[in-house]
Amino acid sequence: MNSIFFKRYYLKCFTANMRVPTITLIFSALALHNCVAFAGKTLDSVKQKDVVTCGVNTGLAGFAQADAQGKWSGLDVDMCRAVAAAVLGSAEKVKYVPLSAPQRFTALQSGEVDILSRNSTFTLTRDASLGLSQTVVTFFDGQGFMVPTQSNIKSVKQLKNATVCVQSGTTTEKNLTDLSKANKLDIKPIVFEKLEAANSAYFAGRCKAYTTDASGLASIRAREAKNPKDHIILSELISKEPMGPMVKRGDDEWLAIVKWVIYGLIEAEEYSITSANLEQLKADSQDPKVLRMIGKSEDMGKLLGLDREWLSKAILATGNYGEIYERNVGEKTSLGLKRGLNAQWTKGGLMYAMPIR
Amino acid sequence: MFLKSLLRKQSFRAKLYQVLLLISLSLGLAYLFSNTMQNMHQRGIQGGFGFLFDPAGFDISESWIEFNSDESYAKAFLVGLINTIKVSLISIMTCTALGILLGLGRFQENPLIKLICYLYTEFFRNIPLLIQLLIWYVLMVEWLPDSQSPIQISFLNFNFFLSKDGFAFPWFNDLVTGYAFVSPEFIDSNITGGATLSPEFMALYIGLSIYTSAFIGELVRAGLLAINKGQIEAGLSLGMTQQQVTKLIVMPQALRVIIPPLTNQYLNLIKNSSLAVAIGYPDLVNISNTALNQTGHALECVFIIMAIYLVLSLLTSWLMNTYNNRVMLRG
Repeated sequence: MNSIFFKRYYLKCFTANMRVPTITLIFSALALHNCVAFAGKTLDSVKQKDVVTCGVNTGLAGFAQADAQGKWSGLDVDMCRAVAAAVLGSAEKVKYVPLSAPQRFTALQSGEVDILSRNSTFTLTRDASLGLSQTVVTFFDGQGFMVPTQSNIKSVKQLKNATVCVQSGTTTEKNLTDLSKANKLDIKPIVFEKLEAANSAYFAGRCKAYTTDASGLASIRAREAKNPKDHIILSELISKEPMGPMVKRGDDEWLAIVKWVIYGLIEAEEYSITSANLEQLKADSQDPKVLRMIGKSEDMGKLLGLDREWLSKAILATGNYGEIYERNVGEKTSLGLKRGLNAQWTKGGLMYAMPIR
Repeated sequence: MFLKSLLRKQSFRAKLYQVLLLISLSLGLAYLFSNTMQNMHQRGIQGGFGFLFDPAGFDISESWIEFNSDESYAKAFLVGLINTIKVSLISIMTCTALGILLGLGRFQENPLIKLICYLYTEFFRNIPLLIQLLIWYVLMVEWLPDSQSPIQISFLNFNFFLSKDGFAFPWFNDLVTGYAFVSPEFIDSNITGGATLSPEFMALYIGLSIYTSAFIGELVRAGLLAINKGQIEAGLSLGMTQQQVTKLIVMPQALRVIIPPLTNQYLNLIKNSSLAVAIGYPDLVNISNTALNQTGHALECVFIIMAIYLVLSLLTSWLMNTYNNRVMLRG
């Protein structure tokens, strides 16, 4: 869509509504609103508003949660903070919009949020039919099962005829049904929209097992269980759940920015650029790869429509990917997740950033 | 000249305004519709109801009709609709009975009964329904015994079981030999035979019935208060019995006051049953949420829910209006 088209569209909207009865005035106001909403490219509108609007989970420990002061933190939240730092120079210039699962894609499609960073799985259906673009995987997850330790269940195959508590709003129900069908398990799913109800149903013993993404189970176990040792998460994962931020379809420049900020954070870990040693590296690094990333040699930011320091600002604000992981979900946190699939490719994981050059 | 005189006529002007309003309303709606379609198209969102005939791919925990995951989304919606009707219908019957008792209780001589009815009404109608449902549900799953060791109640030859798996009771089963009335049995730590109501259903049923009964109690009280005391006394002094007074004087007049707001309460109950989604009962909204998440057709799914609730509500209100016409004062 080019700007001439928009001007014309804008004019058409306006003139078409010049002579109309009062009632349609309301609708013409709506129409005008729509014309304007189309006109701005995301980067321009973000710069103009001086804030990145970020759709996040309403509360998922380690990924997106607000503390008592209303300050958000988590792995998903840090992605938005990094983008805000790269684009606007400050990680604080983020407006968080907590979204429930059924709301999330509509919020992105309608332009209510600039980035949807809400533990959402990348799938073909979503990519091809929901009017959104998937950026970069920031967390490789999989659907797992939590069972009481004393139930002695060691494998999903033992869940015959079992009642399973399911948290709605993901691809979870379908994966569970596929598993049940493939192994003739006849599992009975009880689908909850409210996390609290799902949690209390499972911990009260209504269900034999609880299923959602393994990271989510770890988060629930850490926060809700009376004694986390009473529950084990089965090692089998029944699905691939690659999660990452999504942006609205049709704005390739914004897509590129979000993508490369995340690649930058991942590659920064690979080359050991951290928030702590960044200033030091700026002063005395000789490595051309590092210099390029921190804006000391070629200006990579210009190509994205950002300034020279874009990636330095992001790294300074949130740390590199490894730092983000360890701070929010790593082994020292209450979630206690190992790096596993999310380790760098050089260490046996899947985190492989496209090169910044 | 003709036009001018026509415009002066009030009846013509009234019709004209209505026609104008109707036109602008439909223009507005048509605009909203086409605008939405255009925007969806521009944003690359695929719309349409074609997905209803794709296989749903998910199981539903309780259903009155056979359903498996290979069947279509449309059938899944139907299962949800039946579950919604099931819980609404039973709750409506229970809350009406409870409400009448509650309303009558407020007129009792016994101060204890009066006080209990008063406290019940004030307590249940002043707490948000969602909270009540969550409390009933959590209480139920916390207090009920494990499915391995259910509470058994036997009455004549019939068994009833109560556990975290739900309430099992004797019911018609489809056996090899045809339909038969079967009592559930506890064999190998499993309950077989009969029918089972899940804890989710029971929590929703109890919550909806109790909440709505508090409102209906007040309606009944209002209906009874609307009757002049003198009429009752006059009836009695004419030699009518208490039953005759109730049947011939009190009820015909009280019902006239009670029925219209009662319809409202029934409609509220049906719509409130959508809170089932919070406690895991597979009602219409719960199923359509899953469908929405899997297909991403948010607009279509919301439209289906809206249309179905609208039809359900109109149907209820039509039934109640028909009844109202029968008890209404003629004159």
